[in-house]
Amino acid sequence: MNSSVITDTNLSEINLGIRGNGHPPIVSVKNLNVYAGNHHILKNINLDIPKNKITVLLGPSGCGKTTLLKCMNRLTDLYHELKVTGDVWIDGDNILKSNDNIAALRQKMGLLSQRPYPLPMSIFKNVAYGIKLKGIYDKKLIQYNVEKYLREVGLWEEVKDRLHQPAVGLSIGQQQRLCLARGLAVRPQIILADEPTSALDPISSKIIENLFKELKKNYTIILVTHVLRQAVRLADHVVFMSYGEIIEEGAPADLFKNPATEKLREYIYDGN
Amino acid sequence: MRAGRIIIDRASGFWMILSLALILLMPVIMGMGLFLKSVPIWEQNSPWQLIFGSDWSPTRGNFGFWPFIASSLYVTILSFVLSVPVCFFAALYLTQYASERLIRMTYPAIDILAGLPSVIYGVWGILVVVPFISKVISPFFGSNSSGYSIAAGGVVLAIMCIPYILNMLIEVFKTVPSGMKEASLSLGASYWESVKHVVVRKSFAGIVSAFGLGLAKAFGETIAVMMVVGNHIQVTVNPLEAGYPLPALIANNYGEMLSIPMYDAALMFAALLLLAIILIINLIFRYLIYKTHIE
Repeated sequence: MNSSVITDTNLSEINLGIRGNGHPPIVSVKNLNVYAGNHHILKNINLDIPKNKITVLLGPSGCGKTTLLKCMNRLTDLYHELKVTGDVWIDGDNILKSNDNIAALRQKMGLLSQRPYPLPMSIFKNVAYGIKLKGIYDKKLIQYNVEKYLREVGLWEEVKDRLHQPAVGLSIGQQQRLCLARGLAVRPQIILADEPTSALDPISSKIIENLFKELKKNYTIILVTHVLRQAVRLADHVVFMSYGEIIEEGAPADLFKNPATEKLREYIYDGN
Repeated sequence: MRAGRIIIDRASGFWMILSLALILLMPVIMGMGLFLKSVPIWEQNSPWQLIFGSDWSPTRGNFGFWPFIASSLYVTILSFVLSVPVCFFAALYLTQYASERLIRMTYPAIDILAGLPSVIYGVWGILVVVPFISKVISPFFGSNSSGYSIAAGGVVLAIMCIPYILNMLIEVFKTVPSGMKEASLSLGASYWESVKHVVVRKSFAGIVSAFGLGLAKAFGETIAVMMVVGNHIQVTVNPLEAGYPLPALIANNYGEMLSIPMYDAALMFAALLLLAIILIINLIFRYLIYKTHIE
């Protein structure tokens, strides 16, 4: 569905989700359900993601955080066994109903997965790959952008002398930053980060976390994690999930100090 | 009790090393045996004469192996050209596009095809491929072929190798992490672009390896090819004419014409050649894999 199809009712529905912090939602999830056969993975999810903030999807492993993230860039399409119903509004488009140009839709959202997946090519080509997919073929422009985004993630100085070597030769922390640079190079509005530090050492994790704090000035970040401390450090908005449902959501200060539900209370105490 | 466990521990380690040593020694022993058995023919002919000579007259003491080597290469390359694209795209489809249901139906069928005895492929070749070449292909090109030809050998060999190469390619493509493909898709690549730039590129060493093993298997295949290739000693570029591959020479004549002087040594030399060529094919593909890894 394109933006012309949006009705006043839809817009008001989206606007209802404006958070108390005054930021209109960039993503609005309405009545989202995901099934895998008889297994109900996501149960009637309603969620608004504020713009230029870090929203943390928090919850125990297997609670559906990653599935929710994959609904947002339609990677659920790859899994034939999944049935997805409901609406996910991004930038005025209901992406679950839209059948045209999924590639362009995905370019609005950079993905950073649990473990880094550098593409089987050189460091330079990894970043250039997405740039070319944006239709940019001018060599100087590609070169400029590769450098720009490698600088943005603080990797340029470390790799500038070996740009044409295979990306798998980088340390795992460097690989994750390369993946972030690669994602940023397609100029997304939103960064979907699925436990991006779970495979990293504490130093590399801290670098990524600091990058997120910087990046939220220009990007909306949706971070999946089950690490409570990371959520405390980074979140502007927290969504706590359990068994495919949103249990609580709100500002981290309120949520972590005064959990309204027993499930979150238990999670916080166990996490500490 | 403690001593018993230590003895078992050491004995199992020794048994494993022994098993591995036996496997590694096998080709060396075979090569040595064939070399020693073929020494008489080395003493009377130069390697150049043996390998590149085209005169095969055992009763006159002329043993030129080139017609057999050329036939083997021709049939193998033809089968390779026919089977490689089919296997490549079928494996890509099965691992990247097909539904679970289709996969569940296809895998057992491939395994059954891989397990069929080669004589069945040979019979199928005689009943289907040979008449097809004789009655359809040959007249189409204005040629008069019996159908027993290099082309028939190539087709039958290709069909035989397809399940073998396909199985290897499927395993290779399955090793590419789905996260890597998702990374490419999330950058805005289409599904085919992701398969081409990520899955195929990541699997390149494995693809080369599968093709190399397939080629080596094709080169040594005997029965099915022997049944359809015509077994006529000649060097030809026309695939509709008959050929006589090296394995067929050995299988047809060993134990039959050993009263002819040097014939035994000549057949041993043919087997040694076969071993050497397969070894060379493997080394070339190993080198390609190595080059792929360091690049």
